[in-house]
Amino acid sequence: MEDLVSLRDAIAQRTTTARAAVDGYLTRIAAANPTINAYHEVFVDEARAAADAIDTKIASGSPTGALAGVPIAIKDNIATRLGRTTCSSKILENYRSPYNATAIERLTAAGAILIGKTNLDEFAMGSSCENCAWGAVRNPWDTTRVPGGSSGGSAAAVAGDLCAAALGSDTGGSIRQPASLCGIVGFKPTYGRISRYGLVAFGSSLDQIGPLTQSVRDAALLYECLAGEDPLDSTSAVHAVEPVSATLDDSPRTFRVGIPSQYRKGNSPAVDAAVERATDLLKGMGATIVDVDLPMTDVGISTYYVLAPAEASSNLARFDGIRYGHRSTAPGAKDLFDLYAHSRAEGFGVEVQRRIMLGTYVLSVGYYDAYYRRALQVRRVIKQEFDAAFAKCDVILGPTSPTAAFPIGGVTDPLAMYMCDVYTVNTNIAGICGISLPAGLDHASGAPLPVGIQLQAQAFAEPTLFKIARAFERASGPLPARPPALTPAA
Amino acid sequence: MGDAELSIDDVRHVAKLARLAIPEARLAPLRSELVAILGHIAQLQAVNTDGLEPMAHPLPMSNRLRDDIPGTPISLTDALMNAPRRELDFIAVPKVLGGESA
Repeated sequence: MEDLVSLRDAIAQRTTTARAAVDGYLTRIAAANPTINAYHEVFVDEARAAADAIDTKIASGSPTGALAGVPIAIKDNIATRLGRTTCSSKILENYRSPYNATAIERLTAAGAILIGKTNLDEFAMGSSCENCAWGAVRNPWDTTRVPGGSSGGSAAAVAGDLCAAALGSDTGGSIRQPASLCGIVGFKPTYGRISRYGLVAFGSSLDQIGPLTQSVRDAALLYECLAGEDPLDSTSAVHAVEPVSATLDDSPRTFRVGIPSQYRKGNSPAVDAAVERATDLLKGMGATIVDVDLPMTDVGISTYYVLAPAEASSNLARFDGIRYGHRSTAPGAKDLFDLYAHSRAEGFGVEVQRRIMLGTYVLSVGYYDAYYRRALQVRRVIKQEFDAAFAKCDVILGPTSPTAAFPIGGVTDPLAMYMCDVYTVNTNIAGICGISLPAGLDHASGAPLPVGIQLQAQAFAEPTLFKIARAFERASGPLPARPPALTPAA
Repeated sequence: MGDAELSIDDVRHVAKLARLAIPEARLAPLRSELVAILGHIAQLQAVNTDGLEPMAHPLPMSNRLRDDIPGTPISLTDALMNAPRRELDFIAVPKVLGGESA
């Protein structure tokens, strides 16, 4: 299984073609998707046509972009003119976006081919891809297990070799946690680094688009293609985007890795072992290991489950059955209020309704100060803790998820599901960047399951983060096993 | 938060604010789920936040204004293509005043 950069280079050097790459993925999708359910929609004809156009360009020597000919899967909460944009929700079952997200415009401008739209937990609310109106997504490593979420379709597509790379979105860990559970790289950029224009809003002060990839260099390349100010997103950061690919393989000189004691609680043994091994590898590269203190680690979930539902309850108010989306035909939907209430109750799934209720409650009269205002103050405490930690270190090392992939149907209590994101939500709350890297295997349940580690860095410290991530990847080597679904039949 | 602090009526009221027609049978289980989540969230009250400004946004940013130059809006066809019910070039909705259906 090659990464995006090697495929791109092979297409550019004409040792293969974009068309052959697309056809290869389409064949594997046809074989695997009925089981894995990574894709909700596959752009068979459009991807082939786009590939032929790129191949013609390359053959004629015309200039092409940095992603020329590589097929990329798109999480279905990112607006594409091509196909539908459903957010894996019945309320948007037939929704067609009249415009492309900025991230899509930038991908296609660089020559990438959109191969399909991937399933997610409805409106990106979930950590298992079981809350999906189009059925649960399955983990290619063990199809009885979840791929993580909410970008589980994108993660399963990359891990299952069903695309060269994928885009996801991360509001509280939705790129990094599924990447960890599927044994791939998942990167959440600094808040504002990649335009949110065309990303269906969940928690607007937390959401970021980012890549899920086979390698660190793929994530770095996609980041470079996507990042930068966008006039269509007034919260996009104005800071110049420092190139990261060119210097990716330069060994980081002296660097400091912070390890918080709070990241060692309640993890499975394989997760703790992967973090220990990563610590040793980084030490071997000359890193200084320092203790840092993040006492608010487990308060993050409480903060997140006030802020994210509050923002979601406001953002999802737009789905009312009037201008687009599902409109109720129930006999009770007589006046405008009932039309809203019935359309929304019929269109939204259980978890989305639960979060809208929670968000509405914490913003309601009498509770605003106790919950929402309080959570915003704790957000500042969390930010200050990170600032203090990053005064002592360049990156913070820890687990991405406390466990490897769990069985489908294995976590039914909503609160227990929320706890999956204990190590990832604070990255979003503080607006910093983080990356999950494949770091080991968990054999406790028999078949090997991947385990990830997470590196977090200060806002706009992507160049440092990528360099250290790449150094770790080089020292760690590929995982000693691959998803069984990938074993070629012949 | 104790059970007594969130009644079924409260859940019904929040559902109304949220514009969600939640079936009566779902109110009690939903209440238990919310009580459990709010019970966990109560740990926020133990954090010392004295004198701290609420932080609405992760990065220091101020409003950015663009120049007032007309752009190209999306076409009428695009704007209406997802409308659940149309009449001519309008989106049809139930009568807003009087409660009669459209």
